[in-house]
Amino acid sequence: MILTLVGVSYGTLDGTAQRARGVGADLMIRPPGSAIIGLSTAPMSDELIAFVASQPHVALATGTAIQPLSGFDSITGLDIDAFSRMSGGFHFLEGGPFQNDQDMLVDEYYAREKHLHVGDQVKLANHVWRIAGIFESGKLARMCVRLSVLQSSMGNEHRLSQIYVKTDSPGQIPTVLRDLRAKMPTYQIYSMEEFTSLLSINSVGLLRNFIGVVIGVAVIVGFIVVFMAMYTAVLERTREIGILKAVGASGWLILDLLFRETLLLSVVGTVVGILLTYGTQWLMKHAVPSSLTQETVYLWWPIAGGVAIVGALLGVVVPAIKAVRQDATEALSYE
Amino acid sequence: MSDGQVATTPMIQVRNLYKTYRAGDVDVHALQGASLDVARGEFVAIVGASGSGKSTLFNILGTLTPPTSGTVTIDGRDLSNLTNTERTELRKHTVGFVFQKYNLLPTLTAEDNIRMVQYIGARRGDRQDKGGKGLEFTPEFTEILEVLGIADRMRHKPRALSGGQQQRVAIARALVNGPAILLADEPTGNLDSKNSAAVLGLLRDLNKRLGQTILMITHDREAAEYAGRSIQMLDGQVV
Repeated sequence: MILTLVGVSYGTLDGTAQRARGVGADLMIRPPGSAIIGLSTAPMSDELIAFVASQPHVALATGTAIQPLSGFDSITGLDIDAFSRMSGGFHFLEGGPFQNDQDMLVDEYYAREKHLHVGDQVKLANHVWRIAGIFESGKLARMCVRLSVLQSSMGNEHRLSQIYVKTDSPGQIPTVLRDLRAKMPTYQIYSMEEFTSLLSINSVGLLRNFIGVVIGVAVIVGFIVVFMAMYTAVLERTREIGILKAVGASGWLILDLLFRETLLLSVVGTVVGILLTYGTQWLMKHAVPSSLTQETVYLWWPIAGGVAIVGALLGVVVPAIKAVRQDATEALSYE
Repeated sequence: MSDGQVATTPMIQVRNLYKTYRAGDVDVHALQGASLDVARGEFVAIVGASGSGKSTLFNILGTLTPPTSGTVTIDGRDLSNLTNTERTELRKHTVGFVFQKYNLLPTLTAEDNIRMVQYIGARRGDRQDKGGKGLEFTPEFTEILEVLGIADRMRHKPRALSGGQQQRVAIARALVNGPAILLADEPTGNLDSKNSAAVLGLLRDLNKRLGQTILMITHDREAAEYAGRSIQMLDGQVV
């Protein structure tokens, strides 16, 4: 459970970072007070694009609007001409760019998950869209429409969610970043390198808290499961424990046996758990490829193993003490 | 040493033994002043009806339960002042148990049942040196295995053994650490007459050939005839 949820968290953040890198921008401007990751609406004026584009060493600036949908989904409105100049354009696997205002472009994973093809219609955000093209994943977003259409649909005309900036030379990135920060002090301005490096669990408070809760729940569940399992095992083995005592096993030896068995079970459980994460990974990749992405996070293997072992050892304490305190004569007559 | 060559110092000495336990709201006086001696190398049967106190005596002699009053000395050691650890040590090295229901661990093979008791009885250093797996059977114990005739059944789990075979494994297990006394509680209680005769014959052989001191609890007078001496118990006393 821990490894799957951590893997999904990492996968989602890495997917976001990969799509952000795919834009081809050098800098990113986000609204004042916005979080690193968030499904914000569009609070920035599109007049900022002209202002940013006029700055020294800025080659190109383009803005996008984002309309959050249910779950992890969102629609991104973009100026496809400017976006193509910045990123090199979408690589279409099917269809092509927008033909009219109702057109939507989706990435291959979204198309696969929703079984969409060019010409299909899809209703999203109280709007019926026609699929005009399916593009190779890894650029900007999973669902894209014309910027002006989305702004109008959201009732947020001339407003943007974020602005992407390309400099005339990579060597100018620090200069442009410094200038923009000086001129737009309340805005969140990052280099793309900085932005993608911030897309980590520790930078996203909600995810950090979520994972903390998951680990807490896993420890409690592990404790209860092991406690019940070992309590039942001790009851079922009452007679066997009596036999061990009769033949001279000390309390320490019985404790040692139970703790070693629990340790072995928790280690085996951890290995099985790790193997199961590959199963959930496969399942997500094939069932919900656009919504959830799970990564294998090797760093968390020993952490999850530690949680399993600690939970299990805590759970075996009471049953083990009960086993040691059992009266041998009563245990031997137990049926 | 046979039962005809009995040493003078008793292996088991019981004096004025009382045991009262509580069953619900009632005090049950299981032993009421029982006294007996068992000499080194003797095969003694304690015979009595159900409720006569023989199983309580078995549990006290095996240090599985303490007496209410009285004294018990085994191989020169007074049981009344023993700590839990000393009682555990006594069960490891001085007393071997054979139970009516065999009490073999069902998940282990016959050999592993025996080796587990050998492992428990081994000194800590020996266990650590050999990981409990390299402990060898002594020549004396190998001879016991031959007498018991279970050498070809050692790789089998208890469910694959007959009752008689399981009881022979249980006897081997009880003797693996070379105890001074073998305590057997109704060892033929779950066996048919043929297997009963075989097991009782083996106990008599072990006593005669190896000089093993054996105290057998039974309600069966025919079984008691295999012993060198029978002691009758009635209402918590030796009569």
